[in-house]
Amino acid sequence: MEPRTTSRRTFLSLSLGLPLGAALAACGSAGPGTTSGGGTKATYWYLSTQPAEGVRKAAVDRFNKANPNGQIAATTFQNDAFKTKIKTAIGAGQAPTIIFGWGGGGLRSYVQAGQVDDLTSWFAENPAVKDRLFPSAFGAATIDGKIYALPIERVQPIVLFYNKKVFEQVGVEPPQTWGDIMDLVPKFNAKGIAPFSLGGQSRWTNMMWLEFLFDRIGGPEVFQAVFDAEKDAWSHPSAIDALTKVQDLVKADGFIKGFSSITADSNADQALLYTGKAAMMLHGSWSYGIQANDGGDFVSSGGLGYLNFPPVDGGKGDPSDTVGNPGQYLAISSKAGPEQKEIAKKFFATGLSTDEEVKQWIDVGSVPIVKGTDSLLAASKDAAWLQFQYGVAGKAKTFSQSWDQALSPAAAETLLDNISKLFQLSISPKQFTSNMNAVIGT
Amino acid sequence: MSTFATSVPRGTPPATTRGGRDRSLAWLAAPALIVFVAFGVIPLIGVLLLSFTTWDGIGTIQPSGFASWRAVLTDPGLPHALWVTFLVMALSWGVQTPLSLLLGVFLAGAQRYRGVLAVVYFVPLLLSSAAIAVTYKALLDPNFGLGAGLGIELLSQDWLGESHLALGVVIFVVSWQFIPFHSLIYQGGVRQIPRSMYEAAELDGAGRIRKFFSITLPQLKYTIITSSTLMVVGSLTFFDLIFVLTAGGPGDATRVLALDMYKRGFQGNLMGPASAIAVILVLVGLALALLLRRLGGGGDSASQLDGA
Repeated sequence: MEPRTTSRRTFLSLSLGLPLGAALAACGSAGPGTTSGGGTKATYWYLSTQPAEGVRKAAVDRFNKANPNGQIAATTFQNDAFKTKIKTAIGAGQAPTIIFGWGGGGLRSYVQAGQVDDLTSWFAENPAVKDRLFPSAFGAATIDGKIYALPIERVQPIVLFYNKKVFEQVGVEPPQTWGDIMDLVPKFNAKGIAPFSLGGQSRWTNMMWLEFLFDRIGGPEVFQAVFDAEKDAWSHPSAIDALTKVQDLVKADGFIKGFSSITADSNADQALLYTGKAAMMLHGSWSYGIQANDGGDFVSSGGLGYLNFPPVDGGKGDPSDTVGNPGQYLAISSKAGPEQKEIAKKFFATGLSTDEEVKQWIDVGSVPIVKGTDSLLAASKDAAWLQFQYGVAGKAKTFSQSWDQALSPAAAETLLDNISKLFQLSISPKQFTSNMNAVIGT
Repeated sequence: MSTFATSVPRGTPPATTRGGRDRSLAWLAAPALIVFVAFGVIPLIGVLLLSFTTWDGIGTIQPSGFASWRAVLTDPGLPHALWVTFLVMALSWGVQTPLSLLLGVFLAGAQRYRGVLAVVYFVPLLLSSAAIAVTYKALLDPNFGLGAGLGIELLSQDWLGESHLALGVVIFVVSWQFIPFHSLIYQGGVRQIPRSMYEAAELDGAGRIRKFFSITLPQLKYTIITSSTLMVVGSLTFFDLIFVLTAGGPGDATRVLALDMYKRGFQGNLMGPASAIAVILVLVGLALALLLRRLGGGGDSASQLDGA
């Protein structure tokens, strides 16, 4: 009896090692080429969440219909789950042929590990593919002068959304400065409406606030210094100011009660805005499609307002600057077989950013990264929104990439961790900067 | 002389029969041993080796000596994660043990209505941790949850957004999920206690409460140790439920060691430090299991059925 219980106990404790061990074992056993794809199918993972999922699926379906002999097998994942899954899969040699991502630091880590193919020469041979896309979208796809990914889909600036009906009800105007924001907070709270919705458990949602405050107060060079790994870059006085301001907003009950347990993946933060439980929300432009999809007649009846993040009084940043995703990116796994790579390249050249897809992106309220869509945008039912977005993305002196995408995954994880503690008021701006200075350049 | 004579049959049973039995038992253990070595020992060695390297999960594995260990051991996050893990372990043990003990004793009765209740109590154990976490998350949502829906002020707390409440919720949900299992163990334990002991106590005029403390509780000593070992070692590995419910948040209020390992390894791409934490987890788990075994004694003198 006794020896058996011991081994069960030991087994329980030993089985802890399994998750890491499994990843290790998978790495060792994977031979060259992703044979798991099977046959002549190229594999492609993309993000779920409607309405974008429908557009992505339609593009794959169209391509498969046109190419019965070289098809793409697609799988969908939730946003936050995908970010973890794709890294694990690449490390284990089980990556899909086509690797979706946001460029920047994540792509750099794949490039350094030799996991994705250099596409520079392919773009040189197929100039038509490159020339019709926004040049600004190639920045995050370029690592050390070489292009490793194809920009796809749409421009996604971060925008300050607000519920017009709630503003009318309270009798206030949308904020024009940071001071206005702080003045609006008590007014909404007095009426029992949360000033801002926030899906704080996802953490990158909190980060968008800092991205804008850093930029508006100190200009893009404050974060650029971090990105360039300058010593103690986080200790910049503008950074301290921005961190203090965001904590002031938290202390003033600027964010909805319970924000730190709300996840963005479930779209609960979006629901707070269209149900009128919150008055405003800082979110990516994709939010428009979600509000229109889930919010009943909220968008169609003109309930959703939007503006670029307002300037901070005395700040050095240009108020036209924006942050967000200059595009989404597809890279080709270097471990894929030659046939799969061929299918992927054909998909890149003929299956993406097609006229049909461009039209669908516009239909869901997004600006595609394709040049010369002005007339299509103007003709859309969401013309005002699309032209606003086009203006924000086009006029921005600096279109900064989201910090967690620009930095290396390890630094991004520390950043997100510290941001959530900052919003929880469990660390001070000073502690934040010293924690972050410690991981600069990693 | 007489002591020598009695100690021989006790200490060494006849050698011939013993050898034969051992060989057949070894064969029986082989399948379990193979699985255990393949999925327990080999990964553990892998993790140990990995903890002395630097690996981002994507590129090549670089040996780096004690760099990962240094990074983990100097990180202020480690004592915090250890403390949270300990809190979850101690509090969930403190909540689960008395409740499941009482439920177990109650369910051990032969009445039919108790059988029906036993089935009802058993339901939480049938649900997956992820499903339980998703459900509780929705119920406890301060804006769309139970409190807001029914308009009950008391229920519309920021359950998962405030550090102490979040930890409390985690312990509550863990207990809710596992009390049925431990009740079942105790139910079995109680039914093993010979009726004659209770009858004797009744003759001596013992009441219900006296019987519980003087007979039931001492007789359940080993059951309590078994159940506690499962709770304590099991709570080291709590991951799925906490990951879905709070993701370690708010801030790092519910970031237990297992979650810290996952976050470092799979979100931060730091496989070296994550492996070091995995090794720490294994060591802590083994130490606790050993400690509980010691507490339980195990010599022949500890028999609980003396005089029964």
